[in-house]
Amino acid sequence: MMLHGLWKLTWIEIKIFLREPLGAFGTIGIPVLAFLVLGRLPNPGAAPHSLAAGNLVRVTLPVLISVLIAISAVLSLVTIISIYREGGILRRLRATPLRPQTILSAHVMVKLILTAATLALMVLAGRRYYRVGVHVPWFSFTIAVLISTCSILSIGFLIASIVPTARFAQLIGAIILYPMVAVSGILAPVESLPPALHAVARMLPLTYAVPLLQGIWNGGAWSAQVGNVAALVVVLVVCTALSTKVFRWE
Amino acid sequence: MRPVIQVSGVRKSYGKTVAVAEVSFEVKDGEIFGLIGPNGAGKTTTMECVEGLRTPDRGSISVLGLDPFRDVYKLQSRIGVQLQQAQLQKRIKVWEAVDLWASLYRKKARDAEHLLVQLGLTDKRDTWFMNLSGGQKQRLFIALALINDPEVVFLDELTTGLDPQSRRAIWDLVRGIRDRGKTVLLTTHLMEEAERLCDRVAIIERGRIIDIDSPERLVDRHCPERTVVLTTNAPLAEDRFRSIPGVEAVIATDMRFAIRGRGDNLVTEVIHCLSENRIRVTDFRTILPNLEDVFLKLTGHSIRE
Repeated sequence: MMLHGLWKLTWIEIKIFLREPLGAFGTIGIPVLAFLVLGRLPNPGAAPHSLAAGNLVRVTLPVLISVLIAISAVLSLVTIISIYREGGILRRLRATPLRPQTILSAHVMVKLILTAATLALMVLAGRRYYRVGVHVPWFSFTIAVLISTCSILSIGFLIASIVPTARFAQLIGAIILYPMVAVSGILAPVESLPPALHAVARMLPLTYAVPLLQGIWNGGAWSAQVGNVAALVVVLVVCTALSTKVFRWE
Repeated sequence: MRPVIQVSGVRKSYGKTVAVAEVSFEVKDGEIFGLIGPNGAGKTTTMECVEGLRTPDRGSISVLGLDPFRDVYKLQSRIGVQLQQAQLQKRIKVWEAVDLWASLYRKKARDAEHLLVQLGLTDKRDTWFMNLSGGQKQRLFIALALINDPEVVFLDELTTGLDPQSRRAIWDLVRGIRDRGKTVLLTTHLMEEAERLCDRVAIIERGRIIDIDSPERLVDRHCPERTVVLTTNAPLAEDRFRSIPGVEAVIATDMRFAIRGRGDNLVTEVIHCLSENRIRVTDFRTILPNLEDVFLKLTGHSIRE
């Protein structure tokens, strides 16, 4: 019964999202385009054996873009939750037999489905430029992205729970989430950071998501990722628990 | 028979602001019961406590024999709710909203298509929520409140911001809900709405109920004054009017007389006096006080202030 409601709500929310101006293009189109454009930058014909260029194309870019997709999903969720709260939509949905968990789960599902769809399109469109990545384990990589997204989403939920207005929520979300990318180890190894930043980085989920994504993308085994997955799950559990305590419906 | 809704000694405050100080009332099966009072009197908070959306600080509530907090989901499936100033997703289509709501209830939903026809929304079924007019939105919310064929329907300020024509159409709808045997609890700050729609009303002021009864009996009890206004050029008419039993004041302006008195007999007495003295009148009407006057009398200020 409630599963039926969950599916129906998820499906309607996906349709509503795609109806928004820039909804489909902004979420799915831009990352795919970015992937294609960036993929052409280090001309494969010019320096095919350059290790740095090869590594950039092979590992860094796909992981970076996946992380950015995850963050934009989270920011979009934070905004939607705040708008729904401000507009009294959450209140209206609550005055039904729908459980609050069902309402929020539907939004998380929407973001996960859209993230997976973006990744799939990226793979299809990028096959020409990323021939090196033919043997990438796409299924495992998608799972790794979804795990990372869930973990970042839980932070987003915590922000959405506390921050009162939609505009402010989006701003705070961006201020907290984007710097996470800088210290996540994707641009420079975490070990090379100043000690203070290093300590901060160890608290953030992206620091664990990045090596997980890189490892899986390179064909590494899941058994090597137990620590990273565990860290992401801990963040997920802690943030979800906190936000259920402080979540406001109106 | 057990009342459908029982509220006793409910109190609710937000921080230091007391929204509801002490409210008790009962709603009987099959009646339209109105909570009336100015904005900020505590109507909506009271209603939301009854709906299970808020937990009162004190007091007890029972709806259909259920506790709105402990049995909130069981209750939600048996009631229909229209909230004040609610919104839906901007780009949800009318039929999608109705379809979603229909899927949330275990009980066989009312025929959604029929409901759309009844509420005049058939040609808007593919319209986004954001593109509906105020009246259409309100009708959609009523459709959503009725989709599960609820036993009790809650309507919070349902005609606020609507033009008179849509308002009347919605009043007819609400009477239709009662005629199908449902119980309705509504709030309004429009006295006309309360008079035309409610079988009984509770007047709320500053979080307390001042009085509860049918609109007619409230008027009789608190505003027994009656006024007859007539026009005549008969000489000495004023003196005759003053000697009518029960008359308290006669205000004359040219040939127009306003005769004020108390009780239901006043009008009969005036007519009797006119025929006995063969006074010819060119105009005759009675002015009866209404809920608006009752409110003014009980609180010392107008409901609009």
